Amino acid sequence: MTRAEPRVTGHSADQVFAYIIRRLIGAVFLLIIITAVTFAIFFLVPRLGGATADDLASRYVGRSAGAEQIHQTAVKLGFTDPLYEQYGRFLKGLVAGQDYNYGPATEHCPAPCFGYSFLTQNPVWPDLVDRLPVTASLAFGAAFIWLVTGVGTGVVSALKRGSLLDRSTMSIALAGVSLPIFFTGLLSLSIFSYSLGWTAQGGTNPMDASNPAWWAYDLILPWVTLAFLYAASYARLTRAGMLETMNEDFVRTARAKGLPERTVVIKHGLRSALTPILTIFGLDLGLLLGGAILTETTFSLPGIGQYAVIALRANDLPKVLGVTLVAAVFIIVANLVVDLLYAVVDPRVRTQ
Amino acid sequence: MLRTKKGVQHEMRRKRITTATAVSAVIALSLAACGGNGGNGGNSDGGGSSTAAAQNAAVTKVFNPSDVKGGTLRMAHPAFWDSVDPGDTYFGMSWNFVRTYGRSLLAFKSAPGDEGSKLVGDLAVGPGTPTDDAKTWTYKLRPGVKFEDGTPVTSKDVKYGVARSLDKATLPNGYTYFNDFLLDIPKDYSVYKDKSLTGVAKAIETPDDQTIVFHLNKSFSSFDYFAMLPATMPVPQARDTGAKYKEHVLSTGPYKFESYQLDKQMTLVRNDQYDPATDPDTGRKPLPDKITVELNVAAADIDNRLLAGDLDVDIVGTGLQPSSQGKVLGQADLKNRTDNADVARLNYTQLNSDVPPLNNINCRKAILYAADHEGYQRAYGGSVGGSIATNLMPALVPGAEKFDTYGFETDKNGNVEKAKAALAECGQPNGFDLNVAYRTERTKEKAVAESLQQSLKKVGINVTTKPFPESDYTKLYVGKPDYAKNNKLGMSVFSWGADWADGFGFLSQIVDSRVIRATGGNSNLGVKLPEVDKMIDKALVTTDQAAREKIWVDIDKAVMDSAMILPGVHAKSLLYRPENLTNVFVNNGFNMYDYTVLGTTKK
Repeated sequence: MTRAEPRVTGHSADQVFAYIIRRLIGAVFLLIIITAVTFAIFFLVPRLGGATADDLASRYVGRSAGAEQIHQTAVKLGFTDPLYEQYGRFLKGLVAGQDYNYGPATEHCPAPCFGYSFLTQNPVWPDLVDRLPVTASLAFGAAFIWLVTGVGTGVVSALKRGSLLDRSTMSIALAGVSLPIFFTGLLSLSIFSYSLGWTAQGGTNPMDASNPAWWAYDLILPWVTLAFLYAASYARLTRAGMLETMNEDFVRTARAKGLPERTVVIKHGLRSALTPILTIFGLDLGLLLGGAILTETTFSLPGIGQYAVIALRANDLPKVLGVTLVAAVFIIVANLVVDLLYAVVDPRVRTQ
Repeated sequence: MLRTKKGVQHEMRRKRITTATAVSAVIALSLAACGGNGGNGGNSDGGGSSTAAAQNAAVTKVFNPSDVKGGTLRMAHPAFWDSVDPGDTYFGMSWNFVRTYGRSLLAFKSAPGDEGSKLVGDLAVGPGTPTDDAKTWTYKLRPGVKFEDGTPVTSKDVKYGVARSLDKATLPNGYTYFNDFLLDIPKDYSVYKDKSLTGVAKAIETPDDQTIVFHLNKSFSSFDYFAMLPATMPVPQARDTGAKYKEHVLSTGPYKFESYQLDKQMTLVRNDQYDPATDPDTGRKPLPDKITVELNVAAADIDNRLLAGDLDVDIVGTGLQPSSQGKVLGQADLKNRTDNADVARLNYTQLNSDVPPLNNINCRKAILYAADHEGYQRAYGGSVGGSIATNLMPALVPGAEKFDTYGFETDKNGNVEKAKAALAECGQPNGFDLNVAYRTERTKEKAVAESLQQSLKKVGINVTTKPFPESDYTKLYVGKPDYAKNNKLGMSVFSWGADWADGFGFLSQIVDSRVIRATGGNSNLGVKLPEVDKMIDKALVTTDQAAREKIWVDIDKAVMDSAMILPGVHAKSLLYRPENLTNVFVNNGFNMYDYTVLGTTKK
C-alpha cells in the first residue's frame, strides 16, 4: 500500500483535521473503486469466457433446474440487466436501501443494504453485523497477546543478544513464522481440546457465552494459535529494531546523562524501534478485522473470515462484496490511524 | 540498517501470498467433505440387533438398541445444505433429517436392511391407490395429526405444500418431479401470484380433509416415491413466508425448531403436539430431548470430534474423510465402530458416441475390455470405497440383477486380447486418440482418469486427461452436448447417486435420451438408445412391481450391451458410530444412519 499524502508534520489542529478529511474523502473514492472492480471481476471475466447471464444464473439453482428455471433466476437476480444498471442498484442499496420480493410479500432492506445472498436469499448486512463481534474478539484478543509477548520477547532478546535465551527464542520464532496456521490450529485442537480437554472444541460460538470467562475459554486456543504466528515475527522485528536503535547516539547520550536503564530502554530505545512495528500492527489488525480466514475456518468460528469462505465457495457476489467492503474499510481506517500515530510515537517525524 | 516501511511491507506482502496459497489449501481440505465415497459389495437382509462393537454391526442390524429417552443429539455439517424448507431441498441427508420435523405422505420405513427401502404410510395411512392407468393417485390421510401450534393438518395443507414447491423462482433448490408430472401446471407457476390455487386445481384435488388426489399428465407407476418426497409435508398457507419459511418451518414431526441461525447452527426440541399414536408404521423413535446441528464446521474437525466423543453424528452421512479413514481402519477398537454401508451410487465413465471413433460400438467395447477395473476401484479407496461394478444398478435396488457382460470379474485388470479384437472390428487396429474429462477438485476422479490412461495405452488408445471445474462440469462442459462434441470429450468420469433406490430413481436421469437438454446441466452425458426410451415408457405404466423391476433390469442390460457406459464402482461409505449412540442402523432408503431413531447415552 503506498501513500500519496505527505506525513503530518505540524501540530496545528486545523492541519490535522484537514488531513483527516482529505483522507476520508479519498477513502470513500477508494471503496467505490473496490466495489466497481469486484463487480467487474464477477461479471465481466466470465463474459470474456463466453458465459451468458443464464450460465451465471445456473450456479444458484437446484440440481435439476431446466433452462426456463435458470432464465427465471437470471432475471430475478438481475443478471439480464446491463452491468451499469446492476451496479447502480447496488450503490443505491448502500445508500437508500432495497426492496426484496420473498414470495408472499415484499420487504424493505434498509440502508446500508448489501443486497441478498444469491444462494440463500438472506440479507447480507445483518449477517456481517452478527459476525463482526466474533472476528473482533478474535483479532483484538490475539493482537493484545502477540503485542505483549512478541515485543516483550524481542526486547529481552535484543538486550541479551547472543545468549542462549536469545537464540532459543529466535528459533521458536522462526518455527512460529513458518508453520501454517491450519496446521498449528488442527494440532492444538487435537492435543489441547480433544486429548487433554483443557480448551473448548472447535465450532463453538464465543458470542453465545453468558459471561466473560466462558467467552475467553472459547477463544483462548484460537487466540494463542493466532498470536503465536504474529508474535514470532513481531519478536524478530522488535529485536532487529532494538539492536539498531540501542546503538544510536541519542541512546548513548541518555545513558551518559545518568538515566535509569529501564528509562533508556523503554522511553528512548523501544520508542524509536516501535515505528515499523506500528506500521505492521496497523496493517495486521486491519486485515484481521476483515476476517481471519484461516483461523476462523480451522476453529469453525462464525466470523467474517468464515463468511468469506462461504461466499467464495458459492460464488455468492453480494456476500463477497459485503466482506470485501468490510475488510477494505478496516484496512483503510487502520492505515489512517497508523499514519496519525506516527506523529505521536516517533519523535523524528515530529521534528521534521 | 534501519528497516524501512517499504522493506517491511515487502516482507508482509510475501507473507500475504503464502497466506493466500494456504487459504486454498484449507478450502480444498474442507471441500473434500462433499465427495461421495464407496465401499465393497454386500447385500442386506433385515432383522436382528447387537450390542458388541464390531465392524458393520449397524449395516443390516440395529446396533445398541434402546428405548431410553433423554440427552442431546449433537450433529455437525461442514457447510450447510440447500434449505431446511421441506419444499426446497434436494440432498439425501436433508430428506433423512427432515423427517424429524416433518411428516410426508409416505416414508421409508425406519428399519435396518431391506425393510428400510420399503415405503410405508407416514401422514397417509398407506401407499396410494392408482387409477386411470396410473395417471391418478389417491391417498388417505391419518386423522389427529397436528402442527406444532395445535392446528389440525388437513389435505389442503399437503396440497399447498406441493403447490408452493412448484415455484422455482422463490424456492429454487428442489427437484422438478412435481413440475414435470402434475397435470396442466401453468408456466412459471407461483402460489404467491395465485393465492386461490386455481392453477393447480386440475392437478391436485382435496375432496375432503382426509383425502388428496393427484392427477398426472402421463402414467407413472412409481408415484409412491414422489409421495415420499419432503414437498408433500404439509404447510399452512396462512403461515407460509416463501423464501423466508426456512427461518421457522412449522413442524408436524416429533421435533420442532427452537432456533435456526443461517450458516451457523440450529436447535430442535420436542414437539408436544406430535402424537405417536398417529405414527404407527414408520418406526420413528424420538429418543433425545434435543437435537443440535452445527453448520460450517471444518471437515477435519468433525472427524476429530467424532473420534473424541465430542460429536455424535456427521450429518452429511457420506462417511469419514479419507485422511481419517486410514487412522480408523488401522486401529482395531476404532475399526469396530465403523460401518461400511452400501450406497445407491454408481461411479462410472460415460462414453460419448458423438465423438468419433466412439460412434462405432466396437470401439466402445474395446474400452470396456481394456479398462483396469481394480485400478478403478483403487482410485475410490479400494474395497472400502466400493465394489467393482459389472452393470449399472447396484444390489440394493430392489429387483436389481448382477450380470457381467464383458467379464469384469474374471479380467479384473482388463483383457488386452479381447480389446484388440474389438479394435480390429471397428477399424482401429492400432488404437486411436481420446480425451477423458474429470472434475478437477475430485482427486478420485483424477485417479480414475490416470488409471484409464495407463490401461488403455496397452492397446494403443492414447488418452489425454482434461480437468474441468466441478461447479460447471455438467452445466457448461461435459453436460453440454455441443461443448462435449466440439471439444472431443470422448470419455467423462462421473458419478450418479440415485434420488431413491428404484429403477426410475437410479436409471432414468442417466439413460433416458429425452432428458438431454441442449442448454446443458445434464446428468445423462450421452446415452441415446431409442429402444431404451421405449422400455422406460413401458416401465412407467407398469404398476405391477415385479414386472416393472424386470423391465429396469432389461434396460440395464440394453445399456451395457450398447457399451455406452463403463461402470466403475458401486460405492460404499465408511460411517463411524461413536460409543454413546444408541439404536444405530443404516437405512437403505438413504444409505446412512437413520436420523429418526438415534439416541444417546450422554445426558
